[in-house]
Amino acid sequence: MKLITAIIREVQLDKVHEALIEADIKRITVSRVSGHGQQRVEELHRGQIVVPDLIPKIKIEIAVNDAFVEITVNAILKAARTNGAEGTVGDGKIFISPLEECIRIRTGERGGTAI
Amino acid sequence: MLPLLLLAGMKEALALGPVSCDTGVTAWMLTSTALVLLMIPGLAMFYGGLVRSKNVLGTVMHSFAAMGIISVLWVAVGYAMCFGPNVAGGWFGWDSAYFFLKGIDTRVMEAGIPEYVFSMFQGKFAIITPALIAGAFAERVSFKAYCLFIALWSLFVYNPLCHWVWASDGFLFNLGARGAIDFAGGTVVHISAGVSGLVVALFLGSRRGYPYQVIRPNNLVITMLGAGLLWVGWFGFNAGSSISSGLSTAQALVATQVAAAAGAMTWLIIESYHQGKATALGFASGILAGLVAVTPAAGVVQPYGAMALGILASCVCYLAIQLKNKMGYDDSLDAFGIHGVGGIAGALLLTFFIRPSWMKEASEAAGGMWTTLQQLGVQALAVGIAIAYSAAMTLLLVFLLNKVIPLRSSGEDEMAGLDRTYHGERGYGMLNPS
Repeated sequence: MKLITAIIREVQLDKVHEALIEADIKRITVSRVSGHGQQRVEELHRGQIVVPDLIPKIKIEIAVNDAFVEITVNAILKAARTNGAEGTVGDGKIFISPLEECIRIRTGERGGTAI
Repeated sequence: MLPLLLLAGMKEALALGPVSCDTGVTAWMLTSTALVLLMIPGLAMFYGGLVRSKNVLGTVMHSFAAMGIISVLWVAVGYAMCFGPNVAGGWFGWDSAYFFLKGIDTRVMEAGIPEYVFSMFQGKFAIITPALIAGAFAERVSFKAYCLFIALWSLFVYNPLCHWVWASDGFLFNLGARGAIDFAGGTVVHISAGVSGLVVALFLGSRRGYPYQVIRPNNLVITMLGAGLLWVGWFGFNAGSSISSGLSTAQALVATQVAAAAGAMTWLIIESYHQGKATALGFASGILAGLVAVTPAAGVVQPYGAMALGILASCVCYLAIQLKNKMGYDDSLDAFGIHGVGGIAGALLLTFFIRPSWMKEASEAAGGMWTTLQQLGVQALAVGIAIAYSAAMTLLLVFLLNKVIPLRSSGEDEMAGLDRTYHGERGYGMLNPS
């Protein structure tokens, strides 16, 4: 089991969400986060251009069985890139980490079947 | 409708010499003007809270943009088109003295108020009407196209309708014994906005994912505050429409309060039985349904009639929204379901609750007999004309406008949200550390 954590652009959320559903990955957790990467965003505030330090992003967390890791990653890669297939600085990152255990609260089931 | 009797009298008064300002009436009309203006940020909040967070500013801006665009248009030509004498066969009015309001600098109307006050009071109605339409096609319209649309809609739909219903030589004003009853804008404001909204919503098609994807309001607290502001502002809208500060003002004020309360209460009861829970949004919808229905009626119904109108309006609007959900078209924030349907219900049903003294005067004006059914016929005709004209004209406008600037946001823009796409801002940016 793996925990896939993707940090993506806010605007790409709908696209990524739809791509995941299309790939039959339907159990996800989404949260608003802000952070610091390579990207510089210029925002207009009352006509003045400012560069905020921390940029708002969306974090998607998905726990999957090993067989689904590539499917999930590909769906995110495809949908989270901007500027066609080129990609732009700021499109985000995907982290994959081992997942020790997964427990379904309702039944107490453990492991791969609980995902 | 009362104001225009006074306007008609104004010309004669001018011949007799200057009328002096009645400070009492002027003070109330100034207050009313401010109250109606307050409804527009109220509407911005009401609609703004109902959309997703990525569209909150874009939706709020639909109301605010109307404040800018329509105010300017109104001073330039709107007032002249609405309240000038008939031109183009009565299609709209025109009086060059009203062009940029240049001829009314020192004019005091027979009602005892400076004409500036009346023109600004009416201008607020012109602002809120196109802003109401925006609820039907929220979350999927290009800002530039929206701005052009409301400007054109105001010129070609609102101004003619306003002229027909409220100008002393408007043909709906003179229909039947005492005219079609539209005290504060049931036909002009609510039916026209609701029907036009429906037309544009159908023309644009549904939002992405509707109705399969759940689209949740981003902040119902804002929506409730907006509904509250609308209720407060409606006292200016209805009680101000008496263009006086006296008995008829008080009658309209009471009718407004009673109908709003009855509507809200009814919606709560219906929802509790039908869905098992009384929602805050339902309460707000009931307030609006009651207020919309009493808008044409506030001058002619007594409290029991206003209460009946509020109750009936909530029932009818609730059914209309259930029907919308069944049919699956995307009137996003129920501009048609509440304003269109509520306006039609109010304009027709008010006939059964008209105070006896009004009917007596109508009978005298008709030279003997004037029955409820006859008045119902007049009301139905006015409603029918308003529906047909606003639907046809709106369809023509959006069809032509769409050739020049696509009204519908592109799929990408819609996904990214109106705030980012058209305004480059975020409504709730400060909620995250940034």
